[in-house]
Amino acid sequence: MSAPVAHAHHAPQGWIRKYVFSLDHKVIGIQYYFLGLFSVFLGMSLSLLMRFHMVNPNVSVSWFATLWPKAAAGGVMTPELYLSLMTMHGTIMVFFVLTTVPQSGFGNYILPIQIGAEDMAFPVLNMMSFWTTFIALVVMVAAFFVQGGAPLSGWTAYPPLSGAGSLTGPGEGMGQNLWIISIAIFCGASLMGAINFIATTVDLRCKGMTMMRLPLTCWTWLVTAILGLLGFAVLLSAGVLLLLDRTLGTSFFLPAGMMISDTIITAHKGGSPLLWQHLFWFFGHPEVYIAILPGMGVTSQVLSTFARKPIFGYKAMVYAILSIGFLGFLVWGHHMFMSGMNPYSAMAFSILTMCIGVPSAIKTFNWVGTLWNGKIHFDTAMMFALGFVSLFVTGGVSGIFLGQPALDLYFHDTYFVVGHFHMIMGVAAIFGMFAGTFYWFPKATGRLMNETLGKIHFYFTFIGVYAIFTPMHYLGLAGNPRRYSAFTDVEYLAGLIPVHQFMSWAAYITAAAQIIFVINLFWSMKKGAQASANPWNATTLEWTVPSPPPFDNFAGVHPVVNHGPYEYSVPGAPKDFIMQTDPPGVPSEH
Amino acid sequence: MSMAGSLTHDVIKGPPPPIDRGWGGDGSGPPFGPGANRRASFTGLFVLLAASTMVFAAFSSAFVVRRGLSDDWASMPKPPILFVNTVVLLASSVVLDLSRRSLKAGDRSKFNLWWTVASALGVLFLAGQAVAWLQLKAAGVYVSSNPSSSFFYVLTAAHAFHLLGGVSALLYVDVQAWRLRLGPAKRTAIDVTAIFWHFLDGLWVYLMLLFYVWG
Repeated sequence: MSAPVAHAHHAPQGWIRKYVFSLDHKVIGIQYYFLGLFSVFLGMSLSLLMRFHMVNPNVSVSWFATLWPKAAAGGVMTPELYLSLMTMHGTIMVFFVLTTVPQSGFGNYILPIQIGAEDMAFPVLNMMSFWTTFIALVVMVAAFFVQGGAPLSGWTAYPPLSGAGSLTGPGEGMGQNLWIISIAIFCGASLMGAINFIATTVDLRCKGMTMMRLPLTCWTWLVTAILGLLGFAVLLSAGVLLLLDRTLGTSFFLPAGMMISDTIITAHKGGSPLLWQHLFWFFGHPEVYIAILPGMGVTSQVLSTFARKPIFGYKAMVYAILSIGFLGFLVWGHHMFMSGMNPYSAMAFSILTMCIGVPSAIKTFNWVGTLWNGKIHFDTAMMFALGFVSLFVTGGVSGIFLGQPALDLYFHDTYFVVGHFHMIMGVAAIFGMFAGTFYWFPKATGRLMNETLGKIHFYFTFIGVYAIFTPMHYLGLAGNPRRYSAFTDVEYLAGLIPVHQFMSWAAYITAAAQIIFVINLFWSMKKGAQASANPWNATTLEWTVPSPPPFDNFAGVHPVVNHGPYEYSVPGAPKDFIMQTDPPGVPSEH
Repeated sequence: MSMAGSLTHDVIKGPPPPIDRGWGGDGSGPPFGPGANRRASFTGLFVLLAASTMVFAAFSSAFVVRRGLSDDWASMPKPPILFVNTVVLLASSVVLDLSRRSLKAGDRSKFNLWWTVASALGVLFLAGQAVAWLQLKAAGVYVSSNPSSSFFYVLTAAHAFHLLGGVSALLYVDVQAWRLRLGPAKRTAIDVTAIFWHFLDGLWVYLMLLFYVWG
C-alpha cells in the first residue's frame, strides 16, 4: 500500500444517520442481511406449516384458528390457506432472501472494499434502494392482513387466476393487488441497486485492479447486477399490465369466455395468459442465476482460500460466469413446455438449456480442480462451500432431465420439479450465504464465529436438506402432483404418505437446527474470539483493512493492486499467500 | 467532490474533468474524486437507459404479441395534437443542445436562457399529452375500450413518467444555473440530463411510429 495518502472521511455521528438512513455501503449491506434473515425465517415458518398440513390435513390446531379465524376455522387449514402459504413462501424466499442477501447484502458490504473503493458509486441511491426494498417487504407482508388474506397464485402469479379478481378465491382480491404492487416496488429497488453495482465495478476500481484481477465474487455480483437490470425491468412492465387487468378492466392477459365459480366473465376478452408466462419467465429464468451466481462467487473465493490454492482456471471461470448470464436470457421457454408451444420452439429452448450445462460443468470441474492436491482446511465456511458444490451438482443434474420436453411433460406438475429447484436455487444459494457469513463475519465484526456450533449447524443442515429434498425426486417419479394441499384422499398416493411424513420430520429438525446458527451469529457478535485483520490468510483487498473496516474502508489510503486475486502457495514466496496489494517484487507467477 | 469553491472552477474559467471511458483500474483514471464520479455518473446513466429500454421493449413485445394473437384489436383514433407534441419535444431537444453549445462557447446567459426554454418546452409537452388524454376521454376512448387504447395509455403514461424525471432534472439544472452554481460537478448533471432527455425524445419518436404503424 504505497499510494499517496488522502484525508480520511469520517462517519456521521447521529444514530439515525449512522444506523438507519446510512449512506455507508457496509451498514446498508448489513441492513439487507438482516432484512433477509427476517424474511428467511418467515418463509421457513410458512413452509413448516405447509409440511405439517400435508401430513396432518385433518388435525385441528387451536392456534391456527386464532391466526386465521376464517381460513382455518376450527383449527383446520383450508386448501386455499395452504395455497396462500405456498405463494408467500415462494415469493418471500425468492425475492426477499435469494435476491437480496447474496447480492445486495454481501455485495454491498464486500464489493467496494474488494475493488479498493471508498463506497458505492451512488451512496444516496444505495440507501434509497434498501429502504425501497424494505417498503416492498412491508407491502408484501401486509397481504396477510387484508380481507381474504394472501394471494393463491404462486410466486409466478399466472393469470387468469392472478388476474380475474376475488371471484377466483380468497386472497385474489386485495391480497393479490398488494403482491403485484410489492413486486413492482421491489423491481424499482433492484434497478437502483443494479445501477450502483455496475457503475461501482466499472468505474471505481483502484489502481492496478484490472478486470482480470477482480475476485470472482465481484464478477458474479457484476453479472448478477446486469441480469437484475434486464430482468426486473421486464417483470415491472408485466406487473403493470397485470395490475391494469385487475383494476381497470383491460384484457392483456385475460381471455374471453372464462367461467369462474359458476360465473361467466364478460368483462374481458382476447387476452393471452401465455403472454404473461413469456414476460414472467423472461425475468424468471435469469432470476435463478441472480440467486445462484453470487453463491458461486463466494464458493470460488472460499474454496481457493481454504484449499490454499489458486482458483483452477480463473479465466475459464470468468467466461463461464459471463456465458451463464448470457444463456440465461435464452432459455425461458423451458418453463413453458406444457403450454402447448410449438415442438420446434421447445426443442430450441431445450438445446439452449443443455448449453447452460457446459459453463456450469466448467465451474464444477474447476472447483474440483481447485481442491485437487490442496491443503484443505475444513473450517465451517469451507464446509458450506463444499456443501454448495454438492447441492449445485445434485440440483443441476435433475435440471438436465427437466430440460427435455418429453420428460418434462411427465415431471412438470410433480414433486420432481419442487425437489429440483429447491436443491439448486433454494438450498445451494442458502449454502452460499452461510459460507459467506462464516467467511466475512470476522471482517464485519472483528470476531470469529464459533466453529463447534458452526459444524453442528452444518451437519444438521447438510443432511437435513438432502433428507427433505431427495425424496421429492422419488415422489415426482411416482407421479405425486405438486401444489396439492393434502394427499390423504388420493388413492394412488396413499403408499407415498410415509415418505411425506419423513420429509416433514426432516423439515422440522432442519428448521430447528437453524436456531443454532442464529445463536452462533448473535453470540459471536458479542463473545466470539477476537479476529485479526486477516484471519484466513486470504489475499483479497478486504483482508488488508482492519476488522471492522473504517468508515471509508481504507482510512484515506488509496490501495494499489499488483497481484491477481488467488495467489496461494506460490513457489518461492515466503508465505503461502500473496496479498493483492503486496509489492510486485515477490514472484507473481507460478 | 466539494461544492465549495465551485465558482473558481466555473465552467467559463476551467474545463470540466474529461470523460475518461477507460477502465478505472488500469491507472487510466483516478478511482477517487470528481473524475471517477463523472465516469460513474455516465455509466449509471447508460445502465438506467438500458433498464428503460427493457421496460419499453417488454411493453412493445406485449403489444405485438397481443395484437397478433386475437381478432379483437381495433385501431383507435389518435388525437392529432400528438404531432404538435412531437414537434414540441423535438424542439426541446434542439434547444437543449443550443444551450450546451452556448455553454461550451462560454456564453452563460445564453446557456441559461436556452436551458430555460428547453425546460419550458418539456413541461409544454407533458401538458400536450394531458390534452391528448382528455381528448381521448371526450371521444369515449378509455383504457379498457380496446387493446390498442390500453397500450396507448400504458405507453404514453410510462413515457410521461420518465419525462417527469427528465423535467425534474432539467429544472434542477436550471435553478442551479440561475443561482450561478454551475461548478464542474454540475457539468456532469448537465450532460447526464441532456443525454437522458435526448433518449426520451428518441423513445417518443419510436412510440409514435408504433402507434401509427401498428396501433
